Amino acid sequence: MIRIRNLTKVYTSASGTVKALDGINLDIEKGDIFGIIGLSGAGKSTLLRCINLLEKPTSGSIEIDGVEMTGLSPKELKEMRKKIGMIFQHFNLLSSRTVWGNVAFPLEIAGFDRKTINEKVENLLNLVGLSDKARSFPSQLSGGQKQRVGIARALACDPKVLLCDEATSALDPETTLSILKLLKDINEKLGITMVVVTHEMNVIKQICNKVAVIEKSRVVEQGTTFEIFSRPKTQTARNFLKSMFICEIPEELKAKIKALNGNLAEGRVVKIGFFGEITAKPILSEVVKKFGVNANILYGNIDNIQGTPFGTLVVQFEGKNGTADRALSYLQDIGLDVEVVEIG
Amino acid sequence: MAETVKLLFSATRETVYMVAVSVLIASIFGIPLGVLLYSTDRGRILENSPLNKALGTIVNIFRSIPFVILLIMLIPFTRWLVGKSIGTTAAIVPLSVAAIPFMGRLTETALREVDRGVIEAAQAMGASPFQVITKVLIPEALPSIAAGITITAINLVGYSAMAGVIGGGGLGDLAVRYGYQRFMLDIMLYTVAILVVMVQLIQVLGDLVVKYLSKHR
Ligand SMILES: Nc1ncnc2c1ncn2[C@@H]1O[C@H](COP(=O)(O)OP(=O)(O)O)[C@@H](O)[C@H]1O
Ligand SMILES: [Mg+2]
Repeated sequence: MIRIRNLTKVYTSASGTVKALDGINLDIEKGDIFGIIGLSGAGKSTLLRCINLLEKPTSGSIEIDGVEMTGLSPKELKEMRKKIGMIFQHFNLLSSRTVWGNVAFPLEIAGFDRKTINEKVENLLNLVGLSDKARSFPSQLSGGQKQRVGIARALACDPKVLLCDEATSALDPETTLSILKLLKDINEKLGITMVVVTHEMNVIKQICNKVAVIEKSRVVEQGTTFEIFSRPKTQTARNFLKSMFICEIPEELKAKIKALNGNLAEGRVVKIGFFGEITAKPILSEVVKKFGVNANILYGNIDNIQGTPFGTLVVQFEGKNGTADRALSYLQDIGLDVEVVEIG
Repeated sequence: MAETVKLLFSATRETVYMVAVSVLIASIFGIPLGVLLYSTDRGRILENSPLNKALGTIVNIFRSIPFVILLIMLIPFTRWLVGKSIGTTAAIVPLSVAAIPFMGRLTETALREVDRGVIEAAQAMGASPFQVITKVLIPEALPSIAAGITITAINLVGYSAMAGVIGGGGLGDLAVRYGYQRFMLDIMLYTVAILVVMVQLIQVLGDLVVKYLSKHR
């Protein structure tokens, strides 16, 4: 469906050049909700904007349904863009138009007649649940409602692809979930392929079936969401997974740990982050047997993604003659994120 | 007294006529000029550096010529265009020529305030540059453009006071001829009062239009 090969984008400005994309290769299949995750400045938006040529690639190829985007004439490009919807972090609605007018906008651009426009807008507003807001102006809507208008507008010309640039990053967690659910429904109902750019692993977890991790202008890892979650290969991917389970240790527990740290001559309180296959193994009991230490679970935070547990445990290890430390380095060696909790 | 009223009335009519027609012409040419200045600028929808620089230079030249001098410099052009170089109608030519670049700059500034994201969204939907201008830029900037027309009209009231130099008549001319040259201070004061009221009216009316246009935004 979307085939990207050796895509490179260099920005040239007075202050020098920035290589925003460096040899990107991606294959996005029909019906995918394809996630692109990376830190701020990694090149995600640039990559997404190259797909509909809002940004002109410096080199490389982008094929959509077999059509080479970089070779299109301005007229052909305009036609092609009508089949590629796009939604934005800050919605980018026309403040001079009502909700109705905003959704009608792409249809006017495409030259539909009044009657068709009216029918389509009505259906679209129904689809996103905003029929009662047709006469409102964007300034009178909440963030979530604005993004629903953005989605209705993006779907107006029956696109084959929907590009989403941080579509939920300006929304609160609850609204984010409802928008993600709407996108998922649309993907299932209408079979629209989606490319979802985000810096939040939670978005990937909620709706994407495939994901590419982008770091410093390059794709460093890609695969199905399940693969990335269960066998993250790069530190970047691991960090994103970790960020999902930031385990804030409760205050009363902190006090307890402080007391423990004072009392323990040879013990450690550690925070263990674990994701993926490793969690299926009985690690703690293994360590207890192998090193003769005591393990006491103080706090836990576990989630389950597509059948695999993910989470954080706060564990107190006790052992004599450095056994606790050896147990910790063993845990690190087998691929867990182990961090000694220092409170003081 | 009746004589004075008659004088004031016809002078007011002349000023209103000059200002109204000049505002109209300034808008008809100035707004498209502003669109061109904006859209040919670097990184804009019709980026064209040479054209942008040329237009910018011409606009700046016209804006730096003092109006009294422009009034005289344009006499041959006025004669060619309207067949005469003296009179109220003739004064409309230099007034418009002075107001067009001014309105152009104000429009350019108004368009620059339109969110880039909205323009980009339209382009992503396959809008042509022309569609972006007519369906996004101008509607989104309309309140600011209306405010620009108001400022231009008020400026033109001021400029029109100099129209007497080429026999244009109007309130300013009346004040100079009767108030200054014939020491009829009362006429001077009346004209000033009418000019103040006129400027106030334009401002209030302009503000109302701007407020109406930006309802809900
Ligand atoms: N129009 C531009 N001109 C110059 N540099 C840009 C431009 N757009 C983006 N960049 C640079 O390209 C890099 C990638 O930006 P972007 O794609 O926006 O990242 P992300 O969306 O992942 O945060 C950044 O270093 C950014 O500063
Ligand atoms: Mg971005």
